[in-house]
Amino acid sequence: MQWETVIGLEVHVQLATQSKIFSGASTAFGAEPNTQACAMDLGLPGVLPVLNEQAVAMAVQFGLAIHAEIPEVSVFDRKNYFYPDLPKGYQTSQMYDPIVGPGEVEITLEDGAAKRIRVHHAHLEEDAGKSLHETFTDDTGRAMTGIDLNRAGTPLLEIVSEPDMRSAKEAAAYLKSIHSIVTYLGISDGNMAEGSMRCDVNVSVRPKGQAEFGTRAEIKNVNSFRFVERAIEFEVERQIELIEDGGKVVQETRLFDPDRDETRSMRTKEEANDYRYFPCPDLLPVVLDAAYVDHLRETLPELPDEKRARFQNALGLSAYDAGVLAASRETAEYFEAVKATCGDAKQAANWVQGELSGALNREGLAIQDSPIPATRLGELICRVMDDTINGKAAKQVFQALWNGQGASADEVIEAKGLKQVTDTGAIEAMIDQVIADSPAQVAQYRDAEPDKRGKMIGYFVGQVMKASRGTANPQQVNALLKEKLDALC
Amino acid sequence: MALEHADVLRAAHLARLGLSDDDATHYLDDLGRILEMVDRLQALDTEGIAPLAHPLDATQRLRADDVTEPDRRDHFQRCAPAVENGLYLVPRVVE
Repeated sequence: MQWETVIGLEVHVQLATQSKIFSGASTAFGAEPNTQACAMDLGLPGVLPVLNEQAVAMAVQFGLAIHAEIPEVSVFDRKNYFYPDLPKGYQTSQMYDPIVGPGEVEITLEDGAAKRIRVHHAHLEEDAGKSLHETFTDDTGRAMTGIDLNRAGTPLLEIVSEPDMRSAKEAAAYLKSIHSIVTYLGISDGNMAEGSMRCDVNVSVRPKGQAEFGTRAEIKNVNSFRFVERAIEFEVERQIELIEDGGKVVQETRLFDPDRDETRSMRTKEEANDYRYFPCPDLLPVVLDAAYVDHLRETLPELPDEKRARFQNALGLSAYDAGVLAASRETAEYFEAVKATCGDAKQAANWVQGELSGALNREGLAIQDSPIPATRLGELICRVMDDTINGKAAKQVFQALWNGQGASADEVIEAKGLKQVTDTGAIEAMIDQVIADSPAQVAQYRDAEPDKRGKMIGYFVGQVMKASRGTANPQQVNALLKEKLDALC
Repeated sequence: MALEHADVLRAAHLARLGLSDDDATHYLDDLGRILEMVDRLQALDTEGIAPLAHPLDATQRLRADDVTEPDRRDHFQRCAPAVENGLYLVPRVVE
């Protein structure tokens, strides 16, 4: 039987506000426990939430970036459940009238084709606190759980997709797309390791050609691009095996265990979740007028898709190069700074994706932490383009700059004597010496068929380059050598 | 909608309220009468009327994104039954 996978994602994005969604407590990461939890976040009696305008603006910006409808009115609801890291007994969320309506995100498939993934809606909500199930005990020795409420009230944008993805790869591509949109907009740092972006994955399978969806399982709290793919791959295999063995998929919540590379059923709750949503009486409906939305639309930065198109059309980069360079805001900014310094987009693209990206990968560094600033790399490329150094020497200069030996390309070129020799007389002298030292190879060259000689010249080029310690201009060496050797024939 | 004894106990459980069987019988009667009134309201034709999200005819005011709340952990933790390393301690929750 041929199976088809159906995937929908709920992505939680932590918004990069200074203060919380309903209180003036700080959202900074890594503070001492409970030092950023005020009376509002603790759910103390008598407190009233006041909505953070920045959280609203960020949500709307996201909506505009995915070409979504922005409803004039949105409403906050209470999602009621009991858990110690939710001291109010409810999470303030948006169930019926979310701030962002239907939109769509474009992803690029492996074969380079584009696919549109519909977004059902995106809503604002508050995060809960953190439970630490370590070894705490009270006075009587009873095991206790520690609660840190610093995260309680942190603004989240939950982005709910339609079940439009058909493979683990598509789901990962969608997540990357969302990541690049929110980081381009600057509405989230997108740091998955710190939990700034996490997602719940809904997965089901159905026989190919069948219209109805199969029963889905929800995999909770997947927090990396790689884990999304692995969790889905495991889950799809599990469901297919189950059905082919005559079983049935049950609708349930599962957890992905990256260490064992599998999903596990969370102990089914005694009763189905009943969140008893109702409009939050402490908050009034949020009304956004058209002028406000238009103003935000005007302030949107260039987005990944637009940047990719510009890199391709205006700068003449290949679709692949444009896609790689536009995927993250940091990479795009670095590339554009290199290009601004050296004036050549293709050279800039080659260096950023070649030498630089290789070095960054080896050391596990992000591009914004590159030891070589973009302008320095641009200057290095200038020296290749104006023939001050050849390609081989450029790699040495790059390595030296990377290791902090020298503040600029010019300094390294000077210190290491890498300046390219373009003086014909000097090159000719080296060539004459090499020819004089290689009688056997010269004889072979002379005896060879003229169409085989092209290949044989390589040996002489190598010798001359060696004699010049790599600084001779290779094109000149080639031309002059050919002239001199052919004169001997 | 006729309410049953089990519905009352379930609602109480969801709200983490401890009800005795006698209490539940009492509430069954009270809640039943409230629901009767709701049933009468349900009979009204509300076609084309947007649900009311809030009784006040006003819209939400927004606040600037400024950190205005200082750290008052020590103050807040004075009324907590148990704290350790800055954490509030609660009876163990096992997933």
